Amino acid sequence: MTQKPTLDVKDLRTYFFTKGGVAKAVDGITFSIAPGKVLGLVGESGSGKTVTGFSILGLVDQPGRVVGGEILYRGEDLNKVSAERMRELRGVNISMIFQDPMMTLNPVLRIDTQMIEAIRAHEKVSKEIARQRARDALGQVGIASPDERLRAYPHQFSGGMRQRVAIAIALLNKPDLIVADEPTTALDVTIQGQILYEVQKLCSQTGTALIWITHDLSVVAGLADQICVMYAGKIVESGEVNAVLDNPMHPYTHGLITSVPSKNKRGAPLSQIPGMAPSLLNLPKGCAFAPRCKWSNSNCQEQPDMRLAPENRRLLCHNPIEYNNDNFSQETS
Amino acid sequence: MTATDQDITENKKQDAQEFEGLQTPFKRFLSDFCESKLAVLGFLVIVGIALLAIFAPLLTPTDPYDLTSVTILDSRLAPGEKMMSGTVAYLGTDGAGRDMVSAMIYGLRISLGVGIGSGIIAMLIGISFGLLSAYAGGRVDALFMRIVDIQLSFPAILVALVLLVTLGKGVDKTLIALVVVQWAYYARTIRGTALVERRREYIESAVCLGLSKNRIMFRHLLPNCIAPMIVVGTMQVAHAISLEATLSFLGLGMPQTEPSLGRLISNGFEYILSGKYWISVFPGLALLVTIVSINLVGDRLRDVLNPRLQK
Amino acid sequence: MSVFIIRRLLQSGVVVIIMSFIVFSGVFLIGDPVEILVSDDADQEEREEMIKSMGLDKPFLVQYGIFVSKALKGNLGESFVFNEPALLLILDRMPATMELAVVSLMIAIIFGIPLGVWAGLKPESWASKSIMTGSILGFSLPTFWVGIMMILFFAVMLGWLPSTGRGDVQVILGMPISIFSWDGFSHVLMPAVNLALFKLSMVIRLARAGTREVLHQDYIKFAKAKGLQESRIILVHVMKNILIPVVTVLGLEFGGLVAFSVVTETVFAWPGMGKLLIDSIGLLDRPIIVAYLMIIVFLFVFINLVVDILYSILDPRVRLQDVKS
Repeated sequence: MTQKPTLDVKDLRTYFFTKGGVAKAVDGITFSIAPGKVLGLVGESGSGKTVTGFSILGLVDQPGRVVGGEILYRGEDLNKVSAERMRELRGVNISMIFQDPMMTLNPVLRIDTQMIEAIRAHEKVSKEIARQRARDALGQVGIASPDERLRAYPHQFSGGMRQRVAIAIALLNKPDLIVADEPTTALDVTIQGQILYEVQKLCSQTGTALIWITHDLSVVAGLADQICVMYAGKIVESGEVNAVLDNPMHPYTHGLITSVPSKNKRGAPLSQIPGMAPSLLNLPKGCAFAPRCKWSNSNCQEQPDMRLAPENRRLLCHNPIEYNNDNFSQETS
Repeated sequence: MTATDQDITENKKQDAQEFEGLQTPFKRFLSDFCESKLAVLGFLVIVGIALLAIFAPLLTPTDPYDLTSVTILDSRLAPGEKMMSGTVAYLGTDGAGRDMVSAMIYGLRISLGVGIGSGIIAMLIGISFGLLSAYAGGRVDALFMRIVDIQLSFPAILVALVLLVTLGKGVDKTLIALVVVQWAYYARTIRGTALVERRREYIESAVCLGLSKNRIMFRHLLPNCIAPMIVVGTMQVAHAISLEATLSFLGLGMPQTEPSLGRLISNGFEYILSGKYWISVFPGLALLVTIVSINLVGDRLRDVLNPRLQK
Repeated sequence: MSVFIIRRLLQSGVVVIIMSFIVFSGVFLIGDPVEILVSDDADQEEREEMIKSMGLDKPFLVQYGIFVSKALKGNLGESFVFNEPALLLILDRMPATMELAVVSLMIAIIFGIPLGVWAGLKPESWASKSIMTGSILGFSLPTFWVGIMMILFFAVMLGWLPSTGRGDVQVILGMPISIFSWDGFSHVLMPAVNLALFKLSMVIRLARAGTREVLHQDYIKFAKAKGLQESRIILVHVMKNILIPVVTVLGLEFGGLVAFSVVTETVFAWPGMGKLLIDSIGLLDRPIIVAYLMIIVFLFVFINLVVDILYSILDPRVRLQDVKS
């Protein structure tokens, strides 16, 4: 278990300096991921998941900026490396899959151009060898007749096919770490299943660490080893995926889980989290979730500290839901 | 201060902040617009020029139309020289002996008048045809848009040139030519916007509420098409002023008796090779400042009013 | 595809016919050319003979009919002033205008695209803001005034460049071209820059707007995530996306350059067909005016046709839309 982590993020802060004020999109998050493991990063839209992904790759656009913390990739702090070193790491050591497959491929360039350039940006290989590797990568993600497909333009592909191509590009240089930003959200459920299966297989085969960003708890439940739940730029709860999902201790996690429709509770009214995710420009004082939380009390006016819970879990809450809570009793460990 | 007092002031601050967040659209537009100092400067210059043009008879040292006071003996005086009447011609005099300052202010009057006048008429015509086209659809739409397409496929300068060759010189004729040249831009813009807006939910809900066609067209559709019209209108006025000057330079458009800025420049062109620069240079600068100011404002308006660029 | 082309061809034909009628009837209304051509001491008989020989005594529609039937045979009438076929006179002047327009277009592309892309990449930088303010100037400056100012500075005050005419010409592939000799080049430089200014500003703005839009696309971020060099992202990913719209617009605008050369040619006394037109307007030489306008109509219809067809070949989505509508 004491394997060195592929990525170790400590107290990362990414702020956006907008006209309306400073939006703390990512505000002091800490997590790490070991080789071959899958980390599920869960949260509502606007909770800072995507910004976390972009921060790791150094792709935060203006007016955003990483303002603090460390992103240690195999011990190297990505916040401190030069732009050129970061470029070398991108696509080779760390790659990323984007949310919307319709938008990630350049519409005026052929697939082969876009794949071969990804190889030749990092290695001096001939075009033929690069093309060979591109073809293999397409085959690997389950695209039939890859030779023909290489010569096509993106608009000749369906959404699912494009996402496969994007995944193939992410895998081209056999990265140690892949950041996948909701790569299946825009796809049909059946396609989603296929892609999940393939990604999982590839990661376990190659020992690639995977950060899977999603708002879909069921995906995380089936795929991830670890889970981090984000709310308003902070990780409010993290730990082993089964432990967290079976026994959520943070009221927000609990709310997320109970708002997923379940076949076991057919006919029962769905529970919901009241209110809306707060604007990052105008966060409530203290715990950001307090106004929506039914367990909140006067303590919650203060920002809670990160505390350790059993089973190596971490928690950001003054009033965690205890095990064996009558609302949500499950077997104890 | 007690703890509760602090809380109250905190709350007040927060309220104030929230209130600022809820500005009216116009206030937000104003603050966005003012972010560009150049655009504000442009706006102030336009106001200044407009005032100059409106109050021209009160402000000019001489009356360039008063043939009794204009004498050929004063012609082509260099800037700063004294005219026969004793008035100093700060920017010199032109070939006919007119004081350049006075001639330019009167010229501005004509240029601005023709530019803005033609813009407004063209806009009204364009809005009518564009809205009708968008709302009627079908054959009416196809016919109007074909006409617009054909017209816009020829450059404005040529269309205006042909018209003026046919019509002759004069303020009214120039105005007609400029209106004909411009109306199609407005028609196309408003039709495009109206078609997009028509598909929006709020129009659909207005239809579902059973509102009358006219009410939907003028109370719901038109207000939402205004933003692009303002942008096109500003740019078109600048364009019209420039076009009028060009036509006058080519010897069409304004007659010699009513010299617009373009005509003044054209007159000066005869003397440019002999180094008498001021007759062409100063009216040109006035023209330039006018058009640049309008374009700066228009440019900013486009950025501010364009929903695609809004953060 | 061929249906599409045939339909476009037919549409173009209709446009040409309509425009010929508008042009002819418009020009028909211009003053009385006889007044100018016949000397003041001519008697009534001479006048009538003149009118008859020019066919001005017939009704308007008959005149139009004669014009069309002659035009179909390539005869656009004879110049009242030069007593030569109007078409030949214009074709004779055409290479000069075309050279001017092409050189201007080159200037607009070669300087406009890099400047625009630069301004789009670094919108907040000092240089970009200057470029954009400059492009507003380029839009605002009336072409003829800039021309006059150029003559004032470079010809009158500095004496570097000649102010009028075309200079030495060399005949290359049957066309007289001036750009390949120093004398010719020095003559073409000022008018070409003058004519290019407006299009240059336009290219800068198009390229900047395109670059800004493309830069925000996910595929650029994805390209960065692939670890591509900045230069490759800009030169391949950004450029290729903005080139299509820019080149299309420029193609359509070539006709505009030819039309606008009327102004530039007048300022610089460039012996092209635009100057011929303005001179002819002054002399009320109707056949030349009509012939010039008909040639311009043809040119425009032709350019629009070619761009439409090219576009439908390049972009399959356009073809689909056309079928649907």
